[in-house]
Amino acid sequence: MIDKKFKIANKIFKSRLIVGTGKYKSFSECAKAIKTSGADIVTVAVRRVNISNKNKARLMDYIDPKKITYLPNTAGCFTAEDAIRTLRLAREIGGWKLVKLEVLGDKKNLFPEMIETLRSTELLTKEGFKVMVYCNDDPLMAKRLENAGAVAIMPLAAPIGSGLGIQNKVNIRIIRKQTKLPLIIDAGIGQASDATIAMELGCDGVLINTAIAKARDPIQMAEAMKLAVISGRKSFLSGRIIPNLFGSASTTSKGII
Amino acid sequence: MNIKNKIKIIVNGKQMQITPKFSLKSLIIKLKMPLNKIAIELNKEIIDKRKISKTQLKKGDKIEIVHFIGGG
Repeated sequence: MIDKKFKIANKIFKSRLIVGTGKYKSFSECAKAIKTSGADIVTVAVRRVNISNKNKARLMDYIDPKKITYLPNTAGCFTAEDAIRTLRLAREIGGWKLVKLEVLGDKKNLFPEMIETLRSTELLTKEGFKVMVYCNDDPLMAKRLENAGAVAIMPLAAPIGSGLGIQNKVNIRIIRKQTKLPLIIDAGIGQASDATIAMELGCDGVLINTAIAKARDPIQMAEAMKLAVISGRKSFLSGRIIPNLFGSASTTSKGII
Repeated sequence: MNIKNKIKIIVNGKQMQITPKFSLKSLIIKLKMPLNKIAIELNKEIIDKRKISKTQLKKGDKIEIVHFIGGG
């Protein structure tokens, strides 16, 4: 079965793996991992420039925004106002309209604050942003985000950075059934098989940061994730067999001696 | 220049002293910031980077200069 193109807000992307740029040992390691992962979208955050150390290396010196799509996020924002302020600044740096909205509710669980997330999605969409939304794995809220103008639904697999893998496959499957928007698992992936499972559930993509950046060998893990996403997608498209409680011999008994 | 003529502003949370009639562009040049890699807020209003030479700074101004860093 030929795959359809991976499209977000009418733009086609080659890779279904989106990679975060945080937590790496260095910018050069980050750049190498991204290259190996094959990702053509990377998430980035907006923060104050260090004015006392002007010569400090910058992310943009290592990852060329002309070659890789920057997806500015709102990490660390707890209200719609914080998120909007951050994304307006991101847009001002270089005209980015495709953004990742992430409004958190508390610092311990890092769960999304869905009331503020929904409000932000509405406001940002009205301002012309194309909003990819980090959200809970709640099908009803996913529907509300879609109605508010989200361009992608990005439910968590598990808490950010936890590496626990997909905790609620049923909800992800329900969200998959109800939406035609790109469905991307964001947060909670721990290992390559988690990414494969996400894709086998019918997700359009996976966003991974910690599982690559904090792996013992981030470059090799980047490759593993790339292959896992491709593998999971092909597995999904190929149509799995119906699970059966009993065995079914692979070799015919016809002609047995 | 007499020290009394200096005015105080806040840049990224840190106090700085500048001379009167100092433009935002002069500040960016003084700080050696690459304009194509940053965004600037003056008193919580985003400033169009094409207009920074016309923006004069005044006492107590709060400036935020941001860029992209690694994030998930």
